[in-house]
Amino acid sequence: MLNYTIRRLVMAVPTVIIISLLIFLLLDLAPGDPTAQLPLTIPNEVREEIRLALGLGEPVMVRYVRWLQMMVVNEPLHALASVTGWENLRPDGQRILSWQSRSPVGDIIAQRIPQTLWVVGMGYLFGILIALPIGIISAYKQYSWFDQIGTFISMVGFSVPVFFTGVVLILVFSVWLGWFPSMYDTTLRVTDWDSFMRQVRQMVLPVSVLALFNAAQISRFMRASMLDNLNQDYVRTARAKGLRENTVVMVHVLRNSMIPVVTVIALGVPAVFSGAIITETIFRVNGLGALLINAIYASDIPMVQTLTFIFAVLIVLFNLIADVIYGILDPRIRYD
Amino acid sequence: MTDTMPRPITEDGPHAVTGPKPFAPEEAFRPPRNQWWDVWDQFKTHKGALAGSFVFLFIILFVVVGPWIWTADPGFIDIRSRNQGPSAAHPLGTDQLGRDMLARMMYGGRISVAVGLTAMLLGLLIGTLVGVLSGYFRRMDGILMRTTDLFLALPLLPLLLVMVLLFREALARNFGEAWGVFVLIVTAIGITSWMQTARIVRGEVLALKEREYVLAARSIGTPARRIVTRHILPNVLSPIMVSATLGIAAAIITESALSFLGLGFPPDFPTWGRLLFDGRDWIEQYPARVIWPGLFISLTVISVNFIGDGLRDALDPRIRGR
Amino acid sequence: MTSKATLWGAAAALALMPAAAIAAEERTRGSSGHLNIIYWQAVSTMNVFLSGGTKEMNAASIVLEPLARFNPEGELVPWLAEYVPTLENGSVSEDLMTITWTLAEDILWSDGTPVTSADVVFTYEYCNHPEGGCAYRDRFAGIESVEALDERTIRITFDEPRPNPHVAFVGAGSPIIQKAQFENCMGARAPECTDANFAPIGTGPYVVTDFRPNDVIQFEANPNFRVPTQPYFQTITWAGGGDATGAARAVFQTGEMDYAWNLQLAPEVIEQMAAGGQGELLVDFGPLIEHININLTDPSPDLPVDERSTKLHPHPFLTDKAVRRALSLAIDRPLLAEIGFGEMGLPTCNFVVAPPAVSSPNNDACLEQDIDQANALLDEAGWERGPDGIRSRDGVRLEKLFQTSTNAVRQDFQALIQQWWREIGVDTRLRNVDAGVFFGGDPSSLDTFQRFSADVQMYASTFEGTDPTSFLEQRRCGRHPRPETQWQGQNINRFCSEDYDALWLEKSREADPDRRAELAIKLNDYLVQNYIILPLVARGRVSAISTDVGGMVMNVWDSEHWNQAEWYRRTE
Repeated sequence: MLNYTIRRLVMAVPTVIIISLLIFLLLDLAPGDPTAQLPLTIPNEVREEIRLALGLGEPVMVRYVRWLQMMVVNEPLHALASVTGWENLRPDGQRILSWQSRSPVGDIIAQRIPQTLWVVGMGYLFGILIALPIGIISAYKQYSWFDQIGTFISMVGFSVPVFFTGVVLILVFSVWLGWFPSMYDTTLRVTDWDSFMRQVRQMVLPVSVLALFNAAQISRFMRASMLDNLNQDYVRTARAKGLRENTVVMVHVLRNSMIPVVTVIALGVPAVFSGAIITETIFRVNGLGALLINAIYASDIPMVQTLTFIFAVLIVLFNLIADVIYGILDPRIRYD
Repeated sequence: MTDTMPRPITEDGPHAVTGPKPFAPEEAFRPPRNQWWDVWDQFKTHKGALAGSFVFLFIILFVVVGPWIWTADPGFIDIRSRNQGPSAAHPLGTDQLGRDMLARMMYGGRISVAVGLTAMLLGLLIGTLVGVLSGYFRRMDGILMRTTDLFLALPLLPLLLVMVLLFREALARNFGEAWGVFVLIVTAIGITSWMQTARIVRGEVLALKEREYVLAARSIGTPARRIVTRHILPNVLSPIMVSATLGIAAAIITESALSFLGLGFPPDFPTWGRLLFDGRDWIEQYPARVIWPGLFISLTVISVNFIGDGLRDALDPRIRGR
Repeated sequence: MTSKATLWGAAAALALMPAAAIAAEERTRGSSGHLNIIYWQAVSTMNVFLSGGTKEMNAASIVLEPLARFNPEGELVPWLAEYVPTLENGSVSEDLMTITWTLAEDILWSDGTPVTSADVVFTYEYCNHPEGGCAYRDRFAGIESVEALDERTIRITFDEPRPNPHVAFVGAGSPIIQKAQFENCMGARAPECTDANFAPIGTGPYVVTDFRPNDVIQFEANPNFRVPTQPYFQTITWAGGGDATGAARAVFQTGEMDYAWNLQLAPEVIEQMAAGGQGELLVDFGPLIEHININLTDPSPDLPVDERSTKLHPHPFLTDKAVRRALSLAIDRPLLAEIGFGEMGLPTCNFVVAPPAVSSPNNDACLEQDIDQANALLDEAGWERGPDGIRSRDGVRLEKLFQTSTNAVRQDFQALIQQWWREIGVDTRLRNVDAGVFFGGDPSSLDTFQRFSADVQMYASTFEGTDPTSFLEQRRCGRHPRPETQWQGQNINRFCSEDYDALWLEKSREADPDRRAELAIKLNDYLVQNYIILPLVARGRVSAISTDVGGMVMNVWDSEHWNQAEWYRRTE
């Protein structure tokens, strides 16, 4: 397993580079223009100068290699210098600049991470924490009222779009009751109990919307997988051996049911970092999702490219983690 | 827990992939003719599945036969009767331009259900294929899973823009305007939604192929194809079913997002997702405009889910006859 | 308090010069505390020269200021300059070749150093640098030199006579930046100066304390602002992001925000939200015009890609004026305005709708829909109805593609117009294109508005300032997009007329304001009376403000925040 992990990690480097190249070519091919959002009063000659100033005049491969150099050398060194304070680490070369704000994309992404983790991360975490027990109980008591209600709620939770639930929550809890703010304040710093409570209050609505959506999906997989295993022979054997019901379900069945659930959860973690576009827009969270979608609309290619690169790294990493966990859950799984 | 029936690998499993089946969107996994009635009997006892089938049938009739009965033109604008509530002339009221909501729901449903089902099936097909191949054949695992990683990482919107740029005109020429868009959208949603299924199926296959019965089958020289179709696939049916139900909802909503961005059907084609999207701003004034399409999407998804539940139980010989 | 409220109401209604309207009462700098502004399209930089977007211009306008700007009536008022240079006061030379500006006395940058003519000259050099990609470089077009005559005097020399010399350093799009701060940021190095671009040193009422691109800006009162009692608000949080509905809700319903910009929402939605009484809707009309462009060339997909919508192939039926006129007659403009914009839009038949002096009084007949006349016109021209009700002549069917950008109101307009055109026997297919692609200049995309791969299309146009000359220039011969120009160009219709060109040339050389206005009206009439452009609705600028905030005066000719220093809270 260790060998396999190391080999996969080594393989991950070319994988990520090829993915980033393909994405770069895709973005280059996609129609769109960084000057599209400017008012129509700006004449075409000026637009052309703006495009040239952004470096669009150069061939695509030159731009890609330059971006890659900045991404894998300059940006990490810069981040390291900022974290450790060793100024001599700071590279001389340029950093990746966003076309919208003309500032380093690394700084903007770092600004967006706190609110993304607070809102989207918490939404995901709570979603998992709700989904697992619901899935297990629903399967164990299949077709009980608990199961039926759980099924109904999770189906509605998944098929009713977030923009509907989000707006309804805002209308009820912000407009009518006035309990929670409808807009997330990204400048709020948690320093004491008071500001912590403010942070909690502004998180409640977006986190519940996301938690409902995530829980709906994960609980379905949990339930289905548990159902499959509850009927297996080994469960009967375990019971026949006189093991406690609790042990049978929570140890043997659960462990064997976890493979699809682990897959789904591992796929969802990188998605946390790509944000939740609609929820972020409705509650004005301005996390990474809003950053990405705005960058796409504005054809801010360096920003889109950098975000998708980070995303690709996380995907490769978490899929590897999932594969390792398979091996732990079911030692019979072999990779080599 | 009284499973009196044998395990799927012994008798039922092998045949579980051939023969016709009612209400089955998953046509790849048909039960054998001789067990057809067993499956149906079991299916009937599943109240949820039965109710789900009726609701689904109702939805299909609503969108297919409905427009023959309720003949209002979904695109006709009667500006004097805009924003009306339910009445005899307009049972579901009218929208902001005075178009009949019932007719729009019917026509919209045609597209949404068709897109939802086809895109889901396509995604499921690719996902299952990739998942099984990479899980079972070690040599293909690396390349297939790295492709999966690539598709997971691709930003959806630029990908769709490129697809529209490259293929819209060609498809419109070959299939006609509306069908060209249909093919484009179904393909776009299909090829961007298979990755989760593929990862899940692969995970399950990795575990299943080391189980004793598969090892046994292999040791007696069963060819790989038959092991996969008879012993592996029937056992990964549950997560595939879940993916299918979730896939329909995702496909219908994605279609609306595409239309909204101008990448989907022309603006005079109503779809449920689009009606839902358009109604979003009117949620306070005319909540019905959001509730109706939302309700129909949810009903479709829930009914497919219960049908899937019932089918899985009916197809599982360990549960059947309980 | 009540007297202030009435005063504010008067100010808003009559758009009085606010400095006069709100006398120095007990309010002092910072006495109004904190102000919350929401821009649902977030601000990405504070350096207007590097962005060009309206949102950036508005945010920067409370920090960076021009020499002169437009007041709500569209008149020039001196800002950092002592007076507006004119022919009468001798600051514009008789031959119209130079203009001389004089800076007002004792103006300080927010860091305490004095503003000098060197800063003004530097601003010109900064923006005019060919590698800088300055978004407002066209403001400096035709300028031969900008010189500092002394500490406070600047002379601009043009390369040919300039009837309208008030372009450079005028309005929110042409503010003065500090030489000391941007000296090392010229040309290609402009984007490297992130700190300067995010927190420029200005002369305006506020300074940036924290800037997060596309998220939020924090402002604080400028300690060196030239009016000692202003600005009244000590701090401003300028939030960005979310959507228009959320922004409107935050002002009208939850009161979390005091001011929201650019609320493009359905009129009923806004009305219902505004009914809560927490906020007020501000609407004012500038030159923004929603219109339909007619393609005079053939966009047929059967043609080779590089010949579609080019002059090689004239349009099969839109070159017939009777058809174009019938299309215009079939449209019910007042209804469009009411449904799409409510009180935020006015039906119009003019392409140039503002300022009042240059908007034509000659075209109001088209405000009335006349399906019968349109039908008669087409019958007369020999277009006969087929069995399906669609007209044709000599095998040419009146069948066309109508495209626009994705936007709820535009899709409603498409549906309505499609139906009216069907009533006169013209079949219409609809297409909507994502705005980022539609307004993007990507020459490889068929879906841009310049490429115009459709028969008719709808979008909104506007121009900066009060002079429509360059706006009308767009329809001159040779300005049409074509493969040789990488499909760039603003003559979207592929329209060309010698008469029109001659009129425009005359206008561009004319110095007399009355004659200029007369020519603008003639040019406008030429376009709309030949039905090259079908104007639909004049759109207003729409913002929302909390009833608790006073002093704001809407201004469509400049930044909405032109008098930010004078905003105050009623319940201090």
